[in-house]
Amino acid sequence: MAAEMEPPPLGNAGETDFRELEDGEDLFVSTVTTLEYPEPSSPEPASLPAEDISINSNGPKQKDVSFDDDPEDLFAEATEEVSLDSPEREPILSDGPSPAITPVTPTTMLTPRMDLGARCRIEEDNNGDTFDIHIAVSDPEKVGDGMNAYMGYKVTTKTSMTIFNKNETTVRRRFSDFLGLHSKLASKYLHIGYIVPPAPEKSIVGMTKVKVGKEDLSSAEFVEKRRSALERYLMRTVKHPVLLKDPDVIMFLESSELPRAVSTQALSGAGILRMVNKAADAVNKMTIKMNESDAWFEEKHQQFENLDLQLRKLHASVESLVCHRKELSVNTASFAKSAAMLGNSEDHTALSRALSQLAEVEEKIDRLHQDQAYADFYLFSELLGDYVRLITAVKSVFDQRMKTWSKWQDTQLLLQKKRESEAKLQFANKPDKLQQAKDEIKELEGKVEQGEKDFELISKTIRKEVSRFEKERVKDFKAVIIKYLESLVQTQQQLIKYWEAFLPEAKAIA
Amino acid sequence: SLSRQTARSVSVDLNNDASLLIDIPDALCERDKVKFTVHTKTTLSCFQKLDFSVPRQHEDFIWLHDTLVETEDYAGLIIPPAPPKPDFESPREKMHKLGEGEATMTKEEYSKMKQELEAEYLAVFKKTVQVHEVFLQRLSSHPILSKDRNFQIFLEYDQDLSVRRKNAKETFGSFFKNMVKSADEVIISGIKEVDDFFEQEKTFLLDYSSKIKDSTAKAEKMTRSHKNVADDYIHISATLSSLSVDDNTKVEGRVASDEELKLTELLRYYMRDIQAAKDLLYRRARALADYENSNKALDKARLKSKDMAQAEEHQQQCLQKFDKLSESGKRELTSFKGRRVVAFRKNLIEMAELEIKHAKNNMALLQGCIELLKSN
Repeated sequence: MAAEMEPPPLGNAGETDFRELEDGEDLFVSTVTTLEYPEPSSPEPASLPAEDISINSNGPKQKDVSFDDDPEDLFAEATEEVSLDSPEREPILSDGPSPAITPVTPTTMLTPRMDLGARCRIEEDNNGDTFDIHIAVSDPEKVGDGMNAYMGYKVTTKTSMTIFNKNETTVRRRFSDFLGLHSKLASKYLHIGYIVPPAPEKSIVGMTKVKVGKEDLSSAEFVEKRRSALERYLMRTVKHPVLLKDPDVIMFLESSELPRAVSTQALSGAGILRMVNKAADAVNKMTIKMNESDAWFEEKHQQFENLDLQLRKLHASVESLVCHRKELSVNTASFAKSAAMLGNSEDHTALSRALSQLAEVEEKIDRLHQDQAYADFYLFSELLGDYVRLITAVKSVFDQRMKTWSKWQDTQLLLQKKRESEAKLQFANKPDKLQQAKDEIKELEGKVEQGEKDFELISKTIRKEVSRFEKERVKDFKAVIIKYLESLVQTQQQLIKYWEAFLPEAKAIA
Repeated sequence: SLSRQTARSVSVDLNNDASLLIDIPDALCERDKVKFTVHTKTTLSCFQKLDFSVPRQHEDFIWLHDTLVETEDYAGLIIPPAPPKPDFESPREKMHKLGEGEATMTKEEYSKMKQELEAEYLAVFKKTVQVHEVFLQRLSSHPILSKDRNFQIFLEYDQDLSVRRKNAKETFGSFFKNMVKSADEVIISGIKEVDDFFEQEKTFLLDYSSKIKDSTAKAEKMTRSHKNVADDYIHISATLSSLSVDDNTKVEGRVASDEELKLTELLRYYMRDIQAAKDLLYRRARALADYENSNKALDKARLKSKDMAQAEEHQQQCLQKFDKLSESGKRELTSFKGRRVVAFRKNLIEMAELEIKHAKNNMALLQGCIELLKSN
């Protein structure tokens, strides 16, 4: 089973100063058995760096885009937040309620960090850690029998980053655990503008085959497809500088036991609630008419609509390619057999031999086609599928901004109404009611201010997220395309080898 | 219009005799009709000029083929198979579909697809010209057929042949042709063969014929699949470049059209040629059957002591015809085998070399792309 998790060492001599400063955070993480831990309040990024770059700076190597357009500002805001009343969490979660999480208004936990706030800089790879983490999902194993059976996967995390307890951890997880993780992250971060990578899709058909024990090629392919998707999902999640530090993520990767995420079942009560919420969101979206003052958002929104279309189109083309490639493989094999028969029938010896050789070459080429189809699929098609889903997450983040704006506007309207009724009460000689109205107004003013801040913050966050997303996208695509082209090159090299071997046989016909 | 630069043929050792050189240097495609320019260069005195060209349609070739088949004197020869009708159905249908789907594609994608289709169209065009040319060259390189009067008319007559064609149809009818088609296999396999050579040939040809038919069909399927893959790449590369990631270029497309030209055409041609050889066997088998029947008739006549001289003469004629067919047939079939082996060799070599060339090109292209991407 998974490695045991030891409590983080306190005052460990071998560790850097980071450890000391992080103790508070780590202690908290390690004692989590119930899932109560500080929720980030709305306007703040989920986890803040607890230490100071200046203490132990290895010269942070920024592998990814710097989040540091204006680090000081961001932090300054956070400092301010603590002095206000803790803002309420938004009741409607973008991806369904995560039952195990009880919203706890952050107070004590954040305060110590605030002190250090002024000295900290928020950058992608905090702690002076370079981004160095590798996650592998492997060893799918069926657990149990019948319809209650499930697939367990081994998740191995190798890292040198200090936010983790060990350099290498292995745990076992099942699919619903991944969904649960995503659900939690989505409910925490989507509504404040973070693009949370979507989890792989459920597949009732695919899973049923596995449960029922159908041991054929298609269910093996399904398991492999899923394994690969889960791996990509985790890597994408940890590549996000904020999500990487989320306690849920760290726990997912390190904790030997995870409470079962029941709400992720398709037909559960929570599942139904999710569907209802999604429908409600859709209706709201239609009724919100936002005055977009920021051209950037208008432009980006359009861009993502286009990107969505293009990716779906590309995805469809690649799926067609995979299909045709498989067909080609079948037809090549069929021709190879036919050519062999023709060679047998041929009464001229040398020609007969050459035809048999041709048949063999075609057979080999058929296998090449099969391998190529595999590459087509896993490299290309799956990546596209991931991005189609990612774009959906991006779009929902834009929608969240709209909702935030809408909430702010509604609060403003409410404030206005209260002011009007207060004005009326001035002449009504009801001191109690007047005071009440004044109190309510004060509260609403605070809320309006908060609403505006929320809106500005989410807008800012989205800008950063989008910039990061675009850079990642280009990197991702480039890497995959290079790999894919290299696979094509290999195929061509093999083709050359086969035909060059055949040529003398053809020339030998006399 | 199409100008031919290199002569690529599925048959070999053709058009080497300087006394009669034939080629189709030019062809024009109008809607459904292809107009071939048949060009002849000759030193033979039976022709009026030394260097001349005439326009011909596909139907003219068919007329020529049919008259040769129906000439008794040529019964012992393998008549080169008639060239198949030019078939632009596939690319035309695709072009139509492309037009309908234009709205769903980017401009670049559309133009690429169009380019590919035009290349396919061109390939079909080249193929049909080639196969018509080979037909004529087979005739010109045959010691007996090259002297055929109708062949000479075909090459030289500078008026429209269609009038002659219509007359010919009435004269000969397609009686003989129909008979050949329907009774083929049964008669050939049913004959009691006394000659080892023909026995072997028969066994070989019947078996080979069905195998090569199968291989041709499978090769066609394979190249069609290849084309589908190539088309997918066009769509993909177009979309990729509009995503401004990179352009994958038409790497696989070229392979499909050249492969098609080599392997499939080779098989297709010899499938028809084998059929022509089988036709020869059939005619010989018919002659043998006639001879055996004439023997029976002679016996009957002797028994009845009636019309004996007539029956004897008929029997002699049949025997002569059969012997002539056997002798000529043996020669034809032997040279056919040699021709076939040489043609296969040539085409298999060319195909392999082409595959290698393309794979190397593709590799260079791909590596270029990779370098470009990595350097960014």
